[in-house]
Amino acid sequence: MSTGAAPAVARGPVKVPGPQERAGDRFFRLIISGFAGFILLALAALAWELASTSTETWKSFGLSFLWTSDWDPVAEIFGALPFLFGTVASSFIALAIAVPLGVGAALFLTELAPRRLADPLMFAIEMLAAVPSVILGLMGVFVLVPMMRELGSPYGVGLFTAGLILAFMILPYITTITREVLLTVPRPLKEAMYALGATRWEVVSGVSLPFARSGIIGAVFLALGRAFGETMAVTMVIGNVPQIPSSPFGPAYSMAAVIANELAEAASDAHLSALIAIGLTLLALTLVVNGLARLMIYRLTRRA
Amino acid sequence: MNDALYRRRCRFNTLMMTLTAVCAVISAGVLLSILGYIFVKGFSALSLSFLTNLPKPVGEAGGGIANSIVGSAKVVGLAAAMGIPIGVAAGIYLAEYGRGRYAFCVRYAADVMNGVPSIVIGLFAYALIVQPMKKFSALSGSVALAMIMIPIVLRNTEEFLRLVPGTIREAALALGVPRWKVTLFVILPSAGRGILTGALLAVARVAGETAPLIFTAFGNRFWDNGWLNPIATLPHTIFTYAIAPYEDWHKQAWAAALILMIFVLAINIAARVWLKPPTGAAH
Repeated sequence: MSTGAAPAVARGPVKVPGPQERAGDRFFRLIISGFAGFILLALAALAWELASTSTETWKSFGLSFLWTSDWDPVAEIFGALPFLFGTVASSFIALAIAVPLGVGAALFLTELAPRRLADPLMFAIEMLAAVPSVILGLMGVFVLVPMMRELGSPYGVGLFTAGLILAFMILPYITTITREVLLTVPRPLKEAMYALGATRWEVVSGVSLPFARSGIIGAVFLALGRAFGETMAVTMVIGNVPQIPSSPFGPAYSMAAVIANELAEAASDAHLSALIAIGLTLLALTLVVNGLARLMIYRLTRRA
Repeated sequence: MNDALYRRRCRFNTLMMTLTAVCAVISAGVLLSILGYIFVKGFSALSLSFLTNLPKPVGEAGGGIANSIVGSAKVVGLAAAMGIPIGVAAGIYLAEYGRGRYAFCVRYAADVMNGVPSIVIGLFAYALIVQPMKKFSALSGSVALAMIMIPIVLRNTEEFLRLVPGTIREAALALGVPRWKVTLFVILPSAGRGILTGALLAVARVAGETAPLIFTAFGNRFWDNGWLNPIATLPHTIFTYAIAPYEDWHKQAWAAALILMIFVLAINIAARVWLKPPTGAAH
């Protein structure tokens, strides 16, 4: 026993001849690698279940499912374009609001604010990510929608309202990641700039932001992935009308929202299959966006 | 020196820096206003009977959300019982043996799964459990929530296990302790606090999830009955009450939101206090 254990810690180039892996160790390794394999299994099952339960739709409509805009569960005609449009448009509205706000906040928190102020502010922003989306939706329904109506939006609900509430939901992601990236900007670069007499803003725009660019883009993609998949808050304020609205304030519909609203009551198999096909499309969309985000962040870590 | 140019640069600097401060104040202010609003609206509708009564028919005063609270506890509890052990075990695997191609695949799959929208995970639970059983059930809701928890718990466990100094492991191995015992009884406990906090945060996260529950747990106006029947949950009740046209239900939605918010906030703040942010220790 006492002679057998020492080689187990051997690492690196020196190969110490030791005993075989103990039975208990092998057993343990197999069990936990089984648990790890569960993740792979679950992901494969997820993709397979969605694909197999939506085959009916793909067979009868083909890819034109994605660019036709009739949605009539009674006549069993399905086209997902209005939902695709609603999801993408509301998410981009959200980005247009949240990116400047989030990057600005991150700049303030890293470059300007003393720690005693930055920490609680950062905590408040991170906490925003912990607020359940149904609660944000509740705020949307009873605060934001009347406010939008006051401001002249015809219905209050609609694409822009959904984008606005989404903006608050993705804001924490953008702020946190941007701040983390900004903290990695090498001090000497900034100090060199200051030594040349640059103002704080010139340092930020000339050194910090360019250095952090790929990280910020990664954060934006990550936030976009979140926004695409966000369900409750959007469902409650987007208006739930399957059409491509003529104005950004008009009522619309999103992919996640139509699933949330119609799946539990889907009467026919065709309807069900179409909804799951929308789910599969949403999955593909978020996976692509998240993949791009990871690529951006990977690039950044390799350079650093 | 060009004085006018210098002054313009300074003014521009002040302007932009003020703007960033405004951004930060708005961002943090959103949270405070949400919390304040929920507290004011919810507190006035809150009472003891609200917590202990069942929902009443529309128009009858005094309805409560007792079944939703118990339902949420059941669904989230079962999800945690399934999700946390799997997530922790897989996290141990990645931290201790995670070098080869298999580990790379697992890590990648966990990342992918973390990005899957919760409603799509709900669809999966629907196709996997609700459709074959032809019945909405607490179990299907728990499975969906567990699927959301697993990647969160996994990444967190791996991160905290990696923070355990190698010397601890080597000291234990040098004493002749088998590797599995070292992992389970030396390394795991020394990362225990971080792992536990991460698990709690994952619980807080799924406790607020609504989307995957709409067509799995489905909701119920009465006491639920076992694991294979529809069950009421707090976030889902907030949703149905909020979009219903009844004034009384709106009030109850605010009160229910206050309870959910307090629960989520309490866990998050406790985690923060209990555990200094890992970012400082990691580098």
